[in-house]
Amino acid sequence: MRHYFRELSVAAVLLVLLAALAIFAPAFYQPQPLLSLATREAPTLIVACGMALVIIARQIDISVGSQFSVCSVSAALLAAMHWPLALVLPASVAIGAVLGAINGALIAGLGLPSIVVTLATMVTLRQGLNMLRQGEWVSLPDNVQWFGLSQTVGQWLLVAAALALLVALGLAMRHLAGGRFVYAVGSDAEAARLAGIRPRLGTFFIFVFMGALTGLAAMMNIIQSPQVQPLSGVGLELKVIAAVVVGGVAISGGRGNLWGAFAGLLLLACIAPALTHLRIEAYWEKAIQGAIILLAVVADGLRSRKGDA
Amino acid sequence: MSAPLLELRALAKSFGGARALRGVDFDLQAGEVHALLGENGAGKSTLIKIVTGAHQPDSGTIAIAGQVVEQLSPAASHELGIACIYQQPALFPELTVAENIALRLEPSAALRRIDWRTRRNIAGRLLAQIGAEISPETAVRKLSMPEQQLVEIACALGAGARIVIMDEPTASLTQQEQHLLYDVVRDLRASGVGVIYISHRLEEIFSLADRVTVLRDGESVGTHRVSDINEAQLIQMMVGREMTHIYPPSEAAPGAVALALRGVGCAESGVRDVSFEVRTGEIFGLAGLVGAGRTELARVLFGLTPLDAGEIQLDGKKIAPSSPADAVAHGIAYVPEDRRHHGVVLELPIAHNMTMAIHRRIFSGAWLRFGAERALALDFIRALAVKCRGPEAPAASLSGGNQQKVSLARWLATKPRLLILDEPTQGVDVGAKSEIHRIIRDLAKDGLAVILISSDLPEIIGMSDRIGVMRGGTLTAILPGNSDPHAVIAAALGQNGRGAAA
Repeated sequence: MRHYFRELSVAAVLLVLLAALAIFAPAFYQPQPLLSLATREAPTLIVACGMALVIIARQIDISVGSQFSVCSVSAALLAAMHWPLALVLPASVAIGAVLGAINGALIAGLGLPSIVVTLATMVTLRQGLNMLRQGEWVSLPDNVQWFGLSQTVGQWLLVAAALALLVALGLAMRHLAGGRFVYAVGSDAEAARLAGIRPRLGTFFIFVFMGALTGLAAMMNIIQSPQVQPLSGVGLELKVIAAVVVGGVAISGGRGNLWGAFAGLLLLACIAPALTHLRIEAYWEKAIQGAIILLAVVADGLRSRKGDA
Repeated sequence: MSAPLLELRALAKSFGGARALRGVDFDLQAGEVHALLGENGAGKSTLIKIVTGAHQPDSGTIAIAGQVVEQLSPAASHELGIACIYQQPALFPELTVAENIALRLEPSAALRRIDWRTRRNIAGRLLAQIGAEISPETAVRKLSMPEQQLVEIACALGAGARIVIMDEPTASLTQQEQHLLYDVVRDLRASGVGVIYISHRLEEIFSLADRVTVLRDGESVGTHRVSDINEAQLIQMMVGREMTHIYPPSEAAPGAVALALRGVGCAESGVRDVSFEVRTGEIFGLAGLVGAGRTELARVLFGLTPLDAGEIQLDGKKIAPSSPADAVAHGIAYVPEDRRHHGVVLELPIAHNMTMAIHRRIFSGAWLRFGAERALALDFIRALAVKCRGPEAPAASLSGGNQQKVSLARWLATKPRLLILDEPTQGVDVGAKSEIHRIIRDLAKDGLAVILISSDLPEIIGMSDRIGVMRGGTLTAILPGNSDPHAVIAAALGQNGRGAAA
């Protein structure tokens, strides 16, 4: 129990917020708006899962937003060329994996710091996309939106898929040797190497995986609307890093889990609708989100200082 | 005689349970080079850290020029004219020589306007004073190690240092550079500076120092004028302790040759031409001073640095470990020196730490089985008597000795043929130390070939069946277990036993 104190406290804050809404703004609990909210956040959850892995391994990837845009536009163009969705989906995942492999090769292969490498790929991908597409939107054929199903069914399908992936990854992190290697490498890469683990190979694959998840998330995004805009991923990186950090994943690596990241994402995602329903001005959203992030970081800082003593 | 520049009386200092200094008396006169000599771990570094204000003594007095100093902080020490020149100079590589010197000498007000010309002139004058031909405009990263040391000395002079501490200044210098440094030391002495000179090189001490103090186990065992003493007597002072610790007797009858090295070398880490054999059931000790190449040799055996000369045979098969994973597959285990950084992952539970090197064996198909892991961890916790809350407790919650046991368990779990232990009892309390010795003995009895690297002389002598002595990256002697400590020290210092038997 003590071990999961950090995750449980985020969950507790989330529950308090939800309880307050139930008392003061029961209108929040209308099924259709809630389902829409969950659908909007489903792609973010997928990217946040990948980011949690990256940060646990003591790396960071700020290029996910640009990767997301590139995958979205590429997948939309393929769909507009009337590729079957069963091929567009793996294509989007593969494009993401290749983009992640570029990051991984530079970071793990050349030993460069991930913040600089992914900053460079973030800018390059975004500007490259702008140049090629001139900001043009892509219109999708009718059968793409919600996989050609009804909106409600499509929404439920997306949310269920995202949750299933979260559960699968969360279990894998605990029950597969690979998951434990991520923690070992993030805690102490040199100790892991001396124990016969190959930290560089592992780091490479984590970035490939991050890219693949981003490609999947992009696919989940484009089927939600009839048109895809090229800047769809701008700011995504900050959103998921915030969710992961609020959820108790230590930015210094080696600590945290996907359940915490999930709770962090839900908490941040509920702020905006909660404000609307509590009739607080929407300007406060970012300020409150910022305060929550700050609180989480301060809590972690105090914790690790106590741990040192 | 006037009051000494520096006078230390009954200085004592403990870290946790380990007593680093037990009562050191030392004094330094103006215009004197006073050598400080002692084995690794005798307390030299702690003594320096107290004089430079980095550590506070638990008891004892420090007097500077006759004045007793109560609180010595790094800033106060600097102010009183104490400067320390480390083996690895602590300069800023991207700044120029003049900027580095100015950082130490000029007041540190962020908004002060910088007078570049004065800054250059001061640096030039200080460098000229010690006969260093370095331009103040050069970036420090372009300087060689000895040149950087000269810059450090210039800083010390510029700060008006009256007491200069030099910690093995010649360890990484060529012969020619050493002589340049000796001249600088003699100049410092002539100008009335007191120099505390730490060195392992006896010939250096005899040619340079006026007096020498020997430290042993945290105590000063004597101060002599170098003209009144010879090498044999000095070695006697360094070693001359009784064995205070009982080592478990060797019960092994060494079997077949497990490991054979022939002319092993690694240019990258300076290991060259090492040849020896270790039999199953044998504990082969590696003695030598810090930097003699023992850890470097272990790293070659474990695939951390590449083997580029000679060959390694394990059980008669030629191997060339290319990575730790490869070495583990060959049956080699290495318990590294710095356990807090390399041995255990502090954040992870004990059980995870213990199974880290054997995932493939106990978790077939990559699916973790917590039952098997827990059972294995409990077995090792019992067998090695690890004091802990349970297998789920994080490694950070353990004492040093118990962390070492966890690190050891991880490697024993790989069922190795050859176990390399690097300083296994460093920083471990006495009780845990005996337990670890007992464990090592039992492992050898069970037929493991063990290489034991230790700077603790009684430990090496008491534990080893044979002792290999390293110096300057190569093996210089192989002595039988229970050898005379004098012979081991003499070989480690490069005295070839000359005069040591006296």
